[in-house]
Amino acid sequence: MTTNLTPDIELVGTNPGDPLAYLPDHVSFGRFERILRAGRFAVTTEIAPPDSADPDEVLRRAEIFDGAVDAINATDGSGANCHLSSMGVCAVLTRNGYSPIIQISCRDRNRIAIQGDVLGAAAMGVCNVLCLSGDDVSVGDHPDAKPVFDLDSITLIKTIRTMRDKAQFLSGRKLDAGPSLFIGSTINPFAPPFEHRIHQLAKKIDAGAEFIQTQYCFDIEILKTFMTRAVDMGLSERAFILIGTGPLASAGSAKWLRKNIPGVHIPQPIIDRLAGAEKPKLEGRKICIELMQQIKEIPGVKGIHLMAFKQEKYAKSIIQKSGVLAGRKPWEPSDFDFTRQVPTKIALEKAVKRKTK
Amino acid sequence: MYRVRLWAVKRSRFMESLYNRFNPVILTVMRGVTKVFGKSLDRPITVVEAGVKGFLFDCKMCGDCVLSSTGMSCPMNCPKTIRNGPCGGVRDNGHCEVKPEMRCVWVAAWDGASRMKGGDAIKEVQTFVDSSKQGSSSWLNIIREDANDN
Ligand code: SF4
Repeated sequence: MTTNLTPDIELVGTNPGDPLAYLPDHVSFGRFERILRAGRFAVTTEIAPPDSADPDEVLRRAEIFDGAVDAINATDGSGANCHLSSMGVCAVLTRNGYSPIIQISCRDRNRIAIQGDVLGAAAMGVCNVLCLSGDDVSVGDHPDAKPVFDLDSITLIKTIRTMRDKAQFLSGRKLDAGPSLFIGSTINPFAPPFEHRIHQLAKKIDAGAEFIQTQYCFDIEILKTFMTRAVDMGLSERAFILIGTGPLASAGSAKWLRKNIPGVHIPQPIIDRLAGAEKPKLEGRKICIELMQQIKEIPGVKGIHLMAFKQEKYAKSIIQKSGVLAGRKPWEPSDFDFTRQVPTKIALEKAVKRKTK
Repeated sequence: MYRVRLWAVKRSRFMESLYNRFNPVILTVMRGVTKVFGKSLDRPITVVEAGVKGFLFDCKMCGDCVLSSTGMSCPMNCPKTIRNGPCGGVRDNGHCEVKPEMRCVWVAAWDGASRMKGGDAIKEVQTFVDSSKQGSSSWLNIIREDANDN
């Protein structure tokens, strides 16, 4: 497989630690949006946030995706379990040139805290945000916590759109500078009410979502039906739709996932295939690669969101073997030199001055 | 009551026409009452609304009623109080991720809306719930907001 480095350097800039030049029709300064708008097939993944305050642990967990993904989701207490915050993960990642997608769930914060965090994330150089309802506290490690749910995912999208597009808070109070964020949300085509999920996608796009990442896809037929409707309704033109999937470790873990993670649908034939395999882990990766290849061929799909939970070390080889990047190599920190700094205009001006002296 | 609530959603078409017929009447009565009594009858009115809507829809008195846009299924019964649902966690049998014994409020809502004349209202984005109205009467809130707007 050939890797062509040069065209994407033009697209994403040589030093992603610096703010990229403004491009017309772009809402953020980030690489992820550029890749999608340039018509490239994108791959994103997610980082399992550590139970630790050690920034190096974040970098270690990000590093294994180097050169294989266009953006990394930083989950926000997923499964309602306590971890290093998505804001913390994103801050460490942007300082090191990565392109994170900050996940914001409505479970833990009200509109005051969320709006503050949206500004905070943008100030830290985060360019992408994913709006979620969030798993209920009852499924996590602190079932005795108070659930907030002041907003829902759709009102959250509207909130960030208001802040970005009108440069104001929900209260109407003016912002001096709005957050330049590329706004996304999720959809689960694989859970009831199947016939209405498409309308919910439409609602999310109406509210202002610009990209969509789906729940795990293990059932291509359901996805095809869903995407056909998305294309027919023009939704796949109004937002970039990335389909989630991932490797299953064994029939047992697939059953566990199906039972314990809300909204994950795994068809029986896949479980049977894993159960019958000599090396189930390898088979799981094979299934994942096949799914990715099939997903890429479905009209309207603009990318894949690979969730390799507890199998992160295989993510890179899965992506490479699937060939979905068609030889394109996403940006990786080792290629370039960058400053460990949040890009701000002032810092940049200072750097230029230093150079010209 | 859960059973009555499910019954009401199943008959969403009927409940809708009932609602459309009675709502203007209720609001007119409310307007008259508040003109004469001011705020002095707010409490009993709120109690009546809570009783009637509580019985029929398990109303949570959010004070910001959107029943007619949610297939006659009260979204405040969703454990995540989602106003634009459902979430991604709905179980295969259409039940709630959080309360497995309960039918997902939003599966019920889309189902109810599909039987209603004005069911398409569910496709509109619902905006932010006003938490300061929690516990107050939506009937009174509507007529007072209308009066303020005019
Ligand atoms: S499954 Fe339905 S009722 Fe339960 S939390 Fe999700 S949207 Fe609400």
